[in-house]
Amino acid sequence: MEIKKTVQDLTVVSNISLNKRHFLLELVAPEPLPMMLPGQFVQVLVKDSPTTFLRRPFSIHQADHRRNSIILLVQIKGEGTRHLSHLREGEKLNVIYPLGNSFSLPTTKKVLLVGGGCGVAPLLFLSQFLNQNSIRPTILVGFRTKEEVSEIETYAKYGEIFITTDDGTEGEHGLVVDHSIFQKDHLPFDKIYCCGPDAMMHAVARIAKMQEIDCEVSLENTMACGFGVCLCCITPTDRGNERVCVEGPVFNTKRLKWK
Amino acid sequence: MTNLSVNIAGLTFKNPVTTASGTFGYGDEFGDFMDLGRIGGVFVKAVTGSNREGNAYPRMAETASGMLNSVGLQNKGVDHFIKEIYPRIKDFDTHIIVNVSGSTLEEYVEVASRINELDKIPAIELNISCPNVKQGGMAFGTVPAMSTEVTRAVRDVYKKVLMVKLSPNVTSIIEIAKAVVDGGADVLTLVNTLLGMAIDAERRRPILSTITGGLSGPAIKPIALRMVWQVHNAVNVPVIGLGGIMNATDAIEFLLAGSSAIQVGTANFIDPAISVKIVEGIEAYMQKHGITDVNELIGGLRTE
Ligand SMILES: Cc1cc2nc3c(=O)[nH]c(=O)nc-3n(C[C@H](O)[C@H](O)[C@H](O)COP(=O)(O)OP(=O)(O)OC[C@H]3O[C@@H](n4cnc5c(N)ncnc54)[C@H](O)[C@@H]3O)c2cc1C
Ligand SMILES: Cc1cc2nc3c(=O)[nH]c(=O)nc-3n(C[C@H](O)[C@H](O)[C@H](O)COP(=O)(O)O)c2cc1C
Ligand code: FES
Repeated sequence: MEIKKTVQDLTVVSNISLNKRHFLLELVAPEPLPMMLPGQFVQVLVKDSPTTFLRRPFSIHQADHRRNSIILLVQIKGEGTRHLSHLREGEKLNVIYPLGNSFSLPTTKKVLLVGGGCGVAPLLFLSQFLNQNSIRPTILVGFRTKEEVSEIETYAKYGEIFITTDDGTEGEHGLVVDHSIFQKDHLPFDKIYCCGPDAMMHAVARIAKMQEIDCEVSLENTMACGFGVCLCCITPTDRGNERVCVEGPVFNTKRLKWK
Repeated sequence: MTNLSVNIAGLTFKNPVTTASGTFGYGDEFGDFMDLGRIGGVFVKAVTGSNREGNAYPRMAETASGMLNSVGLQNKGVDHFIKEIYPRIKDFDTHIIVNVSGSTLEEYVEVASRINELDKIPAIELNISCPNVKQGGMAFGTVPAMSTEVTRAVRDVYKKVLMVKLSPNVTSIIEIAKAVVDGGADVLTLVNTLLGMAIDAERRRPILSTITGGLSGPAIKPIALRMVWQVHNAVNVPVIGLGGIMNATDAIEFLLAGSSAIQVGTANFIDPAISVKIVEGIEAYMQKHGITDVNELIGGLRTE
């Protein structure tokens, strides 16, 4: 399905710091929000930041059609994201959206969502979407440490939630792939959706393959345009090099030709 | 009434604003953002003899006021272009110009002669300047004798307007420009990207998979302007200028330096409607300065 893309000035309605490295940015649209699907992303223009020349891509964390707003979950990485963390209520942000494809609707109810770092961002929108389709997923998210564990109550509304921390200060100790959920010979899932650091997605994809579970991942390749014209963001697939910003960011791991 | 139209080697453009190859896809990707009928022309992504997957990821690095790319001419080849893409773009209300690329002389000639058969393509832009392909590519654009040879070979088979896109990665742009004109080019386009490099110091690794790549964006504008000026003064064929144009003022500077039309490249990534805004900005500038014909601006730099 083709969804029309637009360039709009959205207004910041809130900018909430979750911890030292993460914040939630709520942006309200001047016109009714376009139709959006979980997995899709926005391209944000960072103004008045000389070193931030290109736009910055962020997944849609939540879309609230009643408030006519979208929420981004952002991790501070460099100059661009630091700049965004200082935005105040009422300031405008120029955004191109919605971009990319989306997670597919599963044909099973036994669904596992796995996220790590800022890779959890699209999973909240996805769990809401699954709920609307009468699916309550199991949600596993990994954080660095207790201080960074956030939005757990929100996720808990949509599914059963499990967490890991790298340092063991909350939930199970270790990386998400070390979680006891994965220690079974037969995982009770028919579909896994995963987003996070490359190493994590590779590890989850391996488990899914071994157990013959269908798996979709959302990739975060660096982008110049975000709407399919520069061919910078490609990933090798069974159909040759495909654009993460158009044919992705969501790919079934069966189709990816990972090294 | 202000006149924005320009005539380049017999081809009339409704205004001097066009979009650069590799930064505008095949044009239809911009349908959600702007009306293609508002700009003078679209230079589509490079077309080669057969399918090319391009270089490995990562292919892009952001740099101060610009970016490096090493896409490497990824495209599905001339057959696919003619069968699948041409039918869907041929009736746009603007000139569609094909960027013809290759690694060998034979490949350039083959692609050019196939594109020659397409009614709705009034011109080609011969890309002898891509820094991102291992053999051929840029060599054709950096050695004058080879530039003449490839231009002449394509000239023999291509019957419409032949534009040749020059590489800035040369000691004397004038020498190359003259060599290409000798080969029979109707129009010169300049510049392509400048060869550059980016390093991740933390990891002690290059950012691009190819180590080096092509620099574009505002970082290259002063160099591009200088080259347009030099070439405009040295040859008697029209020049189409580009390199770091982000707004109407940049575009006007290129017109003043001697460009008969301009191309908008990297700026499309940041604002996909920027080319239309540049048309409007040129019009506003003309009104402000009481200029009725855009042709007065072309080469209109005052140097005394
Ligand atoms: C489709 C997509 C969705 C994304 N969703 C989110 C999200 O919901 N929340 C979020 O916080 N981030 C998300 N990201 C990542 C985010 O875009 C980058 O973190 C951001 O662009 C960094 O900008 P910066 O100016 O702060 O950092 P920069 O100064 O640009 O970079 C800081 C460091 O991070 C590295 N880096 C930057 N971008 C990337 C990247 N895409 N992949 C790997 N390394 C990178 C740089 O090489 C550099 O070392 C997403 C990326 C993509 C492609
Ligand atoms: C991602 C990317 C892909 C490009 N691909 C092509 C190409 O296929 N053929 C070509 O002649 N030039 C290509 N170019 C070069 C541009 O057309 C243009 O010459 C260059 O970017 C300088 O202009 P700018 O600074 O306005 O972008 C490409 C540039 C970029 C950034
Ligand atoms: S970022 Fe330009 S094609 Fe994907």
